[in-house]
Amino acid sequence: MTLRDIKDILDAEVLCGKHLLDREVKTGFACDLVSEMLAFAGSGNLIITSLKNPHVIHTAEVMDAVGVIFVGGRNPNLSLAKQIENSPIPLLATDLLMFKCCGLLFQHGILGTKRGCIQ
Amino acid sequence: MLWPAFSAWDPGHQARLHSVIEHRVGGAEPRFQLDYPINESDFLSAGESASKTKKALQQLGLRPEVVKNSAIIVYEAAMNIVIHATSGRLRVIIVSDEVVIRAEDVGPGIPDIELAMQVGYSTAPHEIREMGFGAGMGLANMKRCSDKLTIKSEPGVGTILEARIYLGQKGSPHETR
Repeated sequence: MTLRDIKDILDAEVLCGKHLLDREVKTGFACDLVSEMLAFAGSGNLIITSLKNPHVIHTAEVMDAVGVIFVGGRNPNLSLAKQIENSPIPLLATDLLMFKCCGLLFQHGILGTKRGCIQ
Repeated sequence: MLWPAFSAWDPGHQARLHSVIEHRVGGAEPRFQLDYPINESDFLSAGESASKTKKALQQLGLRPEVVKNSAIIVYEAAMNIVIHATSGRLRVIIVSDEVVIRAEDVGPGIPDIELAMQVGYSTAPHEIREMGFGAGMGLANMKRCSDKLTIKSEPGVGTILEARIYLGQKGSPHETR
């Protein structure tokens, strides 16, 4: 499944990275803690979060995320908006809340990350 | 060895702390060095230093695992300085066969390092947690991502954290790159 498919499934708006929507997505990771993303999310994951600040973009970049879905509203806050155009990672936003977003993705074959727990 | 051993740590004097940091003992000169000043509450600089580290190490052609682990350590270490310290400095250095990440700060220090290493233990204020940080996972994350992690801290003075990542396979410092 590609980010373009996910955009349609979640009725999401593309905030940046329209040219990267053909990226393949196989696994996802949902959380609102940056350290948890850094600890558990392996490379190539789709990050799903309601956290809307520039740290998500830096974290996604460090984690080699395939993309980021912001849930719970399409409008990013001001601090995030300033960073969006510089993002090397595709960013999408949906009005859906976290549970429904993850449920829909799982229903369409996106699995959880294989990463184990922190040692 | 690039820096003096931690036994050279002289608690109680911030100026002395900096002189210890600045002093270099003989040995191999670094092949590569990044240097980031990190200031209190400058949250964006933490993420930016991680992004820059990742790009720079990628350009050097290091293994993806080394690049990623280095960037994670830089991110967590920089955030710790931003959240807890009054000022600090973060260096990423490649010397011999390892990446050395050295974070040093002037700040409250860590009274109980063993306790601070425990996942979930945090002294970060509520507003930091709202930003997605301060979950009490930072030090544990850094330990997981490094081959060797050393923390030396003096309450009321500051903290020096040094993480080493071998350029060869994990746990094999002498493997060829």
